[in-house]
Amino acid sequence: MDQPDQEFIAAVLKGDAASFEPLITKYSPRVFATARRYARKESEIEDIVQEIWMKAFNKLASFRGDAPFEHWLMRLAVRTCYDFLRGHQRNRETTFTELSEPETDWLERFAADPVRAPDDEAAARQLIERLMAQLTPAARLVIQLLEIEEKSVKEIAALTGWSIPLVKVRAFRARAEMKKHLARLARDKYL
Amino acid sequence: MELEHLKQKLVAAARANPPSDRVPYGFERRVMAHLTEASGTDGWLLWSRALWRAAIPCVLIVIFSGLWSAGNSKAETGDLSQQIENAVLSDLNHNLASVW
Repeated sequence: MDQPDQEFIAAVLKGDAASFEPLITKYSPRVFATARRYARKESEIEDIVQEIWMKAFNKLASFRGDAPFEHWLMRLAVRTCYDFLRGHQRNRETTFTELSEPETDWLERFAADPVRAPDDEAAARQLIERLMAQLTPAARLVIQLLEIEEKSVKEIAALTGWSIPLVKVRAFRARAEMKKHLARLARDKYL
Repeated sequence: MELEHLKQKLVAAARANPPSDRVPYGFERRVMAHLTEASGTDGWLLWSRALWRAAIPCVLIVIFSGLWSAGNSKAETGDLSQQIENAVLSDLNHNLASVW
């Protein structure tokens, strides 16, 4: 653990709440980037990050210090984001009927020549966001961590608190769910 | 359309565009203000929890003392009536005894 982190944490645990602010300043960019993977609206993202920091402050005594503070914080962040997804699962988008023009264009280009369709276009990014928004919370979390962030099953188990077999089962289901939605997207647009 | 290829393309698009790590201006101070507020209300929370915890033994004490006093008053009611009866009739008993 970084020496300054340890000092700040010790000071907070002794009752100096102000020592928590440097930790917020240091790690908020990483926490915001994580929260933005699971929520779209900036107000929701700020609420999630604020909740993460509140939990971190209240649970700081449970931080044992045998791993970096950042790892402990990211576990907390991922679990809070998962709770957010579960709490908002009724608001999930359910159709691909309202694709924007650039999204439709991108799909048509992909259908015409899959190899040449660019990866880095905003339309492709919007499409994957739309697709992710349709997944169940567990599937979305697994696809995000496993496919997009390329984390191992062991790392996902550590982040989520799930067992390794459970991560594998959820990964299998998540891939099947994603394939089903992709098939629906293809059917809606091209059949 | 090749679904697996489409999936790979979209996942690659997501990897190529990681989300921003921008932190809103003054966010740290806002969180600190919430933490201070929360720790202020925590005192009240602890106090109310302590009161709620104290309420259970208080209710039990009230019930037990109520039962105990009810039991006692029953016993005492018997004695008292006897005592009153004795007190009222003692003179009469004494008079009757002297008459007979």
